[in-house]
Amino acid sequence: MKKDIILAGVGGQGILSIATVIGYIAVNQNLYLKQSEVHGMSQRGGDVSSHLRISNKTIASDLIPKGKADMILSVEPLESLRYLPYLSSEGWIVTNNKPFVNIPNYPEIEKVLSTIQQKTRYILIDADKIAKESGSARSANMVMLGAASPFLGFDDDCFINAMKAIFGRKGDDIVEKNILAFKAGKTFAASHS
Amino acid sequence: MSQKQLLLGDEAIAQGAIDAGLSGIYAYPGTPSTEITEYIEHSSEAKEKGIKHQWAANEKTAVEIAMGLSYAGKRAMSCMKHVGLNVAADAFMNSSVTGVNGGLIVVAADDPSMHSSQNEQDSRYYGRFAMLPILEPSSQQEAYDMVHYGFNLSEKVKLPVLMRITTRLAHSRAGVVRKSAKNQNEIKLPENLRQYVLLPSIARKQYKDLLNKQEILESESSLSPFNIYFDGKDKRTGVIACGLAYNYYLENFNDQLPPFPLLKLSQYPLPKKMVNRLYEECDSLLILEDGYPLIEEFLRGFFNSGKPIHGRLDGSIPRDGELNANIVGKALNIEQHEGESEPDFMVGRPPSFCPGCSHIDSYTALNEALEEYGGGRVMSDIGCYTLAALPPFNTINSCVDMGASITMAKGLSDAGIVPAVAVIGDSTFTHSGITGLLDAANANAPITVMILDNGTTGMTGGQPSPGLGKIEDICKSVGVKPEHIRILNPLKKYHEENVKIIKEELAYNGVSVVIPRRECIQTLNKKLKEKAKEEVTV
Repeated sequence: MKKDIILAGVGGQGILSIATVIGYIAVNQNLYLKQSEVHGMSQRGGDVSSHLRISNKTIASDLIPKGKADMILSVEPLESLRYLPYLSSEGWIVTNNKPFVNIPNYPEIEKVLSTIQQKTRYILIDADKIAKESGSARSANMVMLGAASPFLGFDDDCFINAMKAIFGRKGDDIVEKNILAFKAGKTFAASHS
Repeated sequence: MSQKQLLLGDEAIAQGAIDAGLSGIYAYPGTPSTEITEYIEHSSEAKEKGIKHQWAANEKTAVEIAMGLSYAGKRAMSCMKHVGLNVAADAFMNSSVTGVNGGLIVVAADDPSMHSSQNEQDSRYYGRFAMLPILEPSSQQEAYDMVHYGFNLSEKVKLPVLMRITTRLAHSRAGVVRKSAKNQNEIKLPENLRQYVLLPSIARKQYKDLLNKQEILESESSLSPFNIYFDGKDKRTGVIACGLAYNYYLENFNDQLPPFPLLKLSQYPLPKKMVNRLYEECDSLLILEDGYPLIEEFLRGFFNSGKPIHGRLDGSIPRDGELNANIVGKALNIEQHEGESEPDFMVGRPPSFCPGCSHIDSYTALNEALEEYGGGRVMSDIGCYTLAALPPFNTINSCVDMGASITMAKGLSDAGIVPAVAVIGDSTFTHSGITGLLDAANANAPITVMILDNGTTGMTGGQPSPGLGKIEDICKSVGVKPEHIRILNPLKKYHEENVKIIKEELAYNGVSVVIPRRECIQTLNKKLKEKAKEEVTV
């Protein structure tokens, strides 16, 4: 078992929370994990990414080599394309389709989406809308995690227990909304992949 | 204790220090080193053990406080980003001549590829310059283990130890297994109470001791559990992989045993016998090191007349930037199957000010006030406010080192560019700006210093600002006239008034300090959230 995932998004979109949930599961299942993050200046509305590697054997590099990622999991469509050089020829793009426009020269969104749709393996999902419908606009990241969850090979209970443990201190309400967002993301992906 | 804990490289160092009997940690925040001290700040174990921690005014004061603990026989640590070691260099260089009493580890976090820095200097040069042992972990587990080892080594050889990490390790998480915890050292004065008195007569003797210790340090490296020689069948190339480069090398061979003889190097000075063996047995060497080609240059020498030595200097590896598995694979002639290129419409997404940030209002006002003078006269400093170099503001014309805004502006005014403006944050001001302001005040230079006071060290995540509540008093005490110290409230509704005040001070033929003061939006939001949570629980 070996999964190499690039998490992508814009500073503040919560990609590190996705990494934390997967990391929690990996540790509980006695898997090896390396997860490299971006801190510092680029967190201020810039592009951020995290390399997440899980395996049942020891992992050498903290970074995923180019051409080796099994999945790009992105909370923003343009950002999903930034890391294409890392994606293996068999890899999946799982991305939110809602652009986060905080730059004046953001490319035409139709161009961005059609480029994603030309790939062999992709899931496009309106995570912002689904998050709102499940009660928390801020849970788009958990919608994305739900959409990606079938590829990760862990049971739903693993994700739910991880979310309870990680978001528990923020209150039951937050936990419940995140779980709903996760489930909605999973359901959507199952019917659209 | 065998339960694995997921820790960032930085956190592994911090937990290692807590478990190794640390008594105090001192730092100035700087990416990628900040999380080491933050971890101890928030650790309940560290609190129970009474481990002291402080965000110091700058890296030099941090190392000196740590030296004081070490003098008293306690184990101490000081952490900084690579350029912070420039600031601490005076203390650091002399600490190798004083030696230590309690164990002392200085952690320098380098930033190859300059993810969040203004250069990619290699701290291993400082270790070599000071003739001290250097530890360079290749994994989070090694980082943890090395703190225990490093404190023991420091107390054994009676010298500080430099631990050199890079961004990739600092900000990457992996499982770490802890060792059993050690108690803190009791207070114990140095046997020789003149050990730290570096009068020339004493310093000469101690410097000779330091020189004599070099052989011991080399033999420690040869025996180090972190330097490992792996034999290989293919003797065409011998590989030296320093720190994280070891992982990038292994990554290229998946689960197979690499064919080349390999020296995994994580402790310096160079272990002579191991390096000699590799050189003797192989036709050529490939040196893999993050940062500068320190080992490569050292082994090639000026004449480069021995066997071929490959690395950054002959183009086998790019001369600058962080290493990765693909770069290392190419240097080994292993084919790399990279993915598709980014689409041609891809654009950069640079960082920007947070919505509601006080700096937005400060720069909008400054830009308007400066219109009549023209651009090219704003010297700036290092912090979130450096983002004003980018559109839409395009305000600032420099970002060099901590505190350089005020002194460079003084230089501009001496050259005849009047008024010259300096822009500096409150934390950067107390780090290294005060002495420059004293220079400017003593000469009554026609400069306007904007101290953007958001009450925190913002860019690194909101650590306390050492000068909180003291900024005006500091300015007065170095000789700025009280009537030319002006406080602004950087909000849109006060814009006209703020422009007027800045204009008045730009027109003044002497040192003015304008202080736009409004709390960082990030720390404010954090406080409001915590308050709301408290109210709910009450």
